[in-house]
Amino acid sequence: MRVRAFIVSLTLVCGPVLAADTISVAVASNFSRPAALLAAGFTVETGVSVRISNGSTGKLYAQIVNGAPFDVFLAADAERPMLLEKSGHAVAASRFTYTQGALVMWSRDAPDCLAVLAQEGGGRVALANPQTAPYGMAAVEFLQAEGSWESVSARAVYGENINQTLQFVATGNAAVGFIAKSQLGAPQLPEPGCVWEVPAASYTPIEQQAVLLERAAGNANARRFLEYLRSAEARDILSRQGYGVSQ
Amino acid sequence: MSIFHPMWLSIQLAAFTTVILILVGTPIAWWLSQTKTRWKPAVQAVVAMPIVLPPTVLGFYLLILLGPDGAIGSWWVQLTGSALTFSFAGLVIASCVYSLPFAVQPIQNAFESLPSQYLERAWTLGASRLDAFFSIVVPLSVRGFISGIVLSFAHTLGEFGVVLMVGGNIPGETRVVSIAIYDHVESLNYAAAHRMSLLLIGFAFIVLMAMFMLNRRWGAR
Repeated sequence: MRVRAFIVSLTLVCGPVLAADTISVAVASNFSRPAALLAAGFTVETGVSVRISNGSTGKLYAQIVNGAPFDVFLAADAERPMLLEKSGHAVAASRFTYTQGALVMWSRDAPDCLAVLAQEGGGRVALANPQTAPYGMAAVEFLQAEGSWESVSARAVYGENINQTLQFVATGNAAVGFIAKSQLGAPQLPEPGCVWEVPAASYTPIEQQAVLLERAAGNANARRFLEYLRSAEARDILSRQGYGVSQ
Repeated sequence: MSIFHPMWLSIQLAAFTTVILILVGTPIAWWLSQTKTRWKPAVQAVVAMPIVLPPTVLGFYLLILLGPDGAIGSWWVQLTGSALTFSFAGLVIASCVYSLPFAVQPIQNAFESLPSQYLERAWTLGASRLDAFFSIVVPLSVRGFISGIVLSFAHTLGEFGVVLMVGGNIPGETRVVSIAIYDHVESLNYAAAHRMSLLLIGFAFIVLMAMFMLNRRWGAR
């Protein structure tokens, strides 16, 4: 009896949080700030509130596969949403590219990013973990194409996600780092010594894809959020934040 | 990546940390067990704080302190030319902070349970303070030392959050076993995650069981 009373009261307490007019969105770390802006715009337009969970694409993917209660997944790559679609964790044909990411090199103190990168013993080079973060993989591809990966990897440090990578550079713990262009607009960011946009041709395009997750198949609000992502208003917010708008 | 490499790194880290903590923690424990100052609760609270504080708090301040701009880090840069963050030495310092209470508290408890007559008798017989400490206090506090050694070793082995924040995930330098497991889980390499986790579970079990067996044997004497 007591257990049942507990469950009933738990349902009452949690009820409002899980109400239908809230959707739950898993967002890749590089996109956390624009996602918050988009969510705010969406809430103003529809009255539906959005709960955002941030993490690296790889971690969020693993959580979704293991039953995490998310309605929409905004990944930093196309691979993970595709896998989710294949394994039935995402709704078929709901997947689309919501933005295309750009990789930049950023340093707090150095006036010339490329010089720091080329300089042996020029301090740590921060990148996101290439195993789990697409921006980390893009950085490795660029360095390999440049032929400097072997020397740079000896002084590389790996952020758990792209936000931690930025933090390593912003705190002066790394001399230079590879981050998402969209992160440059982050408030509280120290004045950069240099910013260098990595040529897009030197890495596989970072197609960031969104997908509707299986548990939200019948959730109209979640579908509306995905539609909103394609709207002119959303694209406007994205391009102001340094994201390429594809399609 | 071999599964033993991160494990070996973790064991090295735990071993260095334990040795330093016993050397640093023993005088602290002794002072705490003997002092009559009214500041004792404050000092005890400082020592115990890493138990309560989340690794994010420790990691956050260590990142600032050990970084090239930080108080300790900048001094280290002048000394060695490189920063403490993202280095094995930095992890040893971080682990010492993180595991301090696990070394100090059991040793302090052992010291406090010693009857004070033993020491006084040794002094009246002309033993120096240091001599009395090593020939009477230490042998009678063996259980406390074993607990302190095993707990700081095991706690450092299980460290994750602090390393994640100040380590930078460098193979052979800061990619300890807990970070390697996290990476494998994130990249869906569950087979490797299982192998490392099972290794760690087995290791933890053996270490803890050895401690309890040793404790029982010493306790029976």
